[in-house]
Amino acid sequence: MAPDTARLRHVEESMGTVFSFDIRGVQDEPRVRAGLHAAVASLHRADELFSTFRPDSQILRLGRGELALSACAREVVEVLELCAAAERESAGWFTTRYAGGLDPTGLVKGWAVERAVRMIASSGAGSVCLNGGGDIQLLGGPWRVGISDPLRPGGLATVIETGEGLGVATSGPAERGCHVLDPYTGRPPVGGLASVTVVCPEGLTTADTRATAAYAMGERARGWLEALPGAEGFAVMPDGRTWTTSGFHRYVAKVSA
Amino acid sequence: MKPTKTRHPLRRIMIGAAATASGVVLLLALKQPGGTPVAGAPVGAGAGTGVSATAGAGGSTAEPGGGAGVGAGDGAGEPAAGGSRTVVGDAVDTQYGPVQVRITVAGGKITKSEAVQAPDADARSQSVTADAVPQLDQAAVTAQNARIDAVSGASYTSQGYRDSLQSALDKAGV
Repeated sequence: MAPDTARLRHVEESMGTVFSFDIRGVQDEPRVRAGLHAAVASLHRADELFSTFRPDSQILRLGRGELALSACAREVVEVLELCAAAERESAGWFTTRYAGGLDPTGLVKGWAVERAVRMIASSGAGSVCLNGGGDIQLLGGPWRVGISDPLRPGGLATVIETGEGLGVATSGPAERGCHVLDPYTGRPPVGGLASVTVVCPEGLTTADTRATAAYAMGERARGWLEALPGAEGFAVMPDGRTWTTSGFHRYVAKVSA
Repeated sequence: MKPTKTRHPLRRIMIGAAATASGVVLLLALKQPGGTPVAGAPVGAGAGTGVSATAGAGGSTAEPGGGAGVGAGDGAGEPAAGGSRTVVGDAVDTQYGPVQVRITVAGGKITKSEAVQAPDADARSQSVTADAVPQLDQAAVTAQNARIDAVSGASYTSQGYRDSLQSALDKAGV
């Protein structure tokens, strides 16, 4: 990094979680700062549209039949189309229709993070890392991302290193308990993984839905991820053993924790 | 399926220690099992607010911007020999007694962390302290040796963020 470039950091709470911005290679700081403000606003905007905790959000009004899809913001249409694509790709392992309602929550955060990063990049930032509650979109770099060890809180299972755009999503039982269920049985996944991480150069929207689907698949996730183009996976099993897809090693940092 | 769900105090201490060890906010977050934090790090967690910091590219420390609760306590930035500095956190009352931590930062990395004040009143506290202090070092080593910029893991809530390694990285600003 050139000595005349600055670094911006910002932490923002939205969507019930925290978003950590790390922006490097900043030359025109006022411009990048404006991009950061726009990105932060876009996260709150996504929360307004898609929150399942706000009775007046467009997604809930749409679900209740009070609002036609044609009257919704274009972001709502875009997100629902992305959800449908993710559902098709995963043969229903990723779904917005669990529990009868319309709930694109599993996609919205990753999508919002990816969009926010693109906004910041368009303001002239060379390298951006945005972590939204554990799911990360990277741009530029090089960046090093630790993958939490689900069996050793505070520890890392591996470290990813990349100098290119990459979405990094990890799905697991999380602190709130298991919130991903097998959509076919409504029960926790069979052959459950302690956690699964998916990386996609395409971006976090894709990585996030794939990680969710893979976690729901349990033991079937490895073969599915292996067959998917543009995705690599890393999983920790409940007994501590791990597996990766064949191309994941490209992303593993040379010196890991 | 859920070996990580246990919520006993040691885990809280260890995670709290990870946050502490990163060097700016030095409160050891000890939670009552399943309860609210006895002492939490004052992250900029108020709705709509945030913590912003700008640092020159070569800088090893972030300058807190906006006064949003990233202060390091009274002992922040004491110069020490060899370009390192020690930072002493605020003493925090926990359910086990007062806890205070001092870390040494050199070249943007934590080189040492130690408890300058730790609960020792009874056997229960002693065992907690005996575990927490080495774990503090361990957590510091994990985050620093790995030289990571961010942490990916199963989704955390705003509450969970306070105890996360990501939160530690944000506060350290290194």
